Amino acid sequence: MSDRTYPYYPGCSLQHRSHAYEVSTRAIAKVLGFELVEMDDWNCCGATEYFSVNRLPAYALVARNLARAADSGAKELVVPCSACYLNLHKTDKNMGLYPALGEKVNKALAAGHLHYEPGTVHVRHLLETVLTDFGLDTLKERARRPLYGLKLAAYYGCLVARPDAVFDSTEQPTAMDELFTALGAEPTPFRLKTFCCGGHMTQISETTALEMIHKIIKNAADSGADALVTICPMCQLNLDVYQGYANRLFDTNYEMPVLYFTQVIGLALGLSPKELGFGQEFVDASGIAAKIQDVPPPRAKPERRSKQALPMPIMPE
Amino acid sequence: MKAAKRSTFYERVVEATPGGKLLGQCLQCGSCGGSCPSGADMDHTPRALFEMINAGLEDEVLSSNTPWYCVSCYACTTRCPQQIPITDIMYTLKEMAIQSGRYEHPGAAKFSETFIGFVEQRGRSFEAGLATRYHLFHHPQQVVKLGMMGVNMLRRNRLPLRPKSIREIDQLQSILAEAKAIAAKERRI
Repeated sequence: MSDRTYPYYPGCSLQHRSHAYEVSTRAIAKVLGFELVEMDDWNCCGATEYFSVNRLPAYALVARNLARAADSGAKELVVPCSACYLNLHKTDKNMGLYPALGEKVNKALAAGHLHYEPGTVHVRHLLETVLTDFGLDTLKERARRPLYGLKLAAYYGCLVARPDAVFDSTEQPTAMDELFTALGAEPTPFRLKTFCCGGHMTQISETTALEMIHKIIKNAADSGADALVTICPMCQLNLDVYQGYANRLFDTNYEMPVLYFTQVIGLALGLSPKELGFGQEFVDASGIAAKIQDVPPPRAKPERRSKQALPMPIMPE
Repeated sequence: MKAAKRSTFYERVVEATPGGKLLGQCLQCGSCGGSCPSGADMDHTPRALFEMINAGLEDEVLSSNTPWYCVSCYACTTRCPQQIPITDIMYTLKEMAIQSGRYEHPGAAKFSETFIGFVEQRGRSFEAGLATRYHLFHHPQQVVKLGMMGVNMLRRNRLPLRPKSIREIDQLQSILAEAKAIAAKERRI
């Protein structure tokens, strides 16, 4: 347990459409005893849009945040949004890895009287921060209301798992699954945990995105999940807001609530759904808290294969 | 002084991409296309596109829809056995396609440009404005559906109608102007 203060980069999404993520992040911080101090006058990270069409200005855009954070004495920056995390992390990394790029970015920064030395600010995703700095044991200890009986699909999406698997595997990350187990919930065997949610494709080629959203929702439902849990505002938006459109296109009727991992931690810490920003979602998630049981469900007996399946002659009984 | 030889298309793609040199190591294995969640909608899989870059088919490559269907998920990048920064190469191709006025999917470029416009003006993204401006100009037939979604977002308090701005927007704009000037100078070389 620690009384720590973290420099914090919320990103645009948490201020607008994913306010529930911000609310639940602040709520669990209060209970766990850490403080997030929003960095001064941060600007948008450019999402995927800026990098994809205007490389050097995009690096400069992101580097302004890093330089200002470094100037304020920050050694690290905690970021809840996966896209912001990627852009900040990638800019820091590539400025160091490719000195010619770093030089050009710093030349641009100089126009705003700034300079950034790559490696100064350690960019961290909120999930990594909570898991490494507090640890599963602490979280388990603090879980006043363990999430017994709740089946959750851990959805990591793309940009924290890839391209740089900083704290987990790129293909089969398990950090969030372990978190659910520690909190008393049951992680479901959800295969598409790092499959893309479609990103900005909902705006550009909607059917491309809806097909991807459909696959994820179907796979989560097939895995028996009561809810899908995300670590990114873009994933939450696509899977929640566009779930109805995907249902219409594929003639399905899934109603899979899509939560933030901070809301799940908050429920286990004994916070009320209201304190965690529930109610902003399109697919109703109000039933989730009621599914939590008071005692752990009985463990399923491990299934054995039938005798016929053994590669041995069948012995007479 | 020797007259500078104009570099080939392949060289320009490599030059413009951080880590782009690895493109020369492509094995043509197809892991990229096989990993791509939106590959089915692409004119060419990344593997095919790389061979086309190799062959100098600049027109065909820059008018392919492939980079515009890239969802930036980095699945290809992490699975590439040669560690080619495939997603970043797609970004380079998008930028080149815009610069030379050749792109298959004008909607995608316009979406990015509209988004960038708000960021450059205010330092923050502004979704209500982005969705309205982009769709009104480029997908007017979608306006009713979009309006419905907007109303539903508003009802859940997920769509502020007033954009936010950063305090030192002048600083940001000077930085971006300088970065653009550097990039423009490079393109002339």
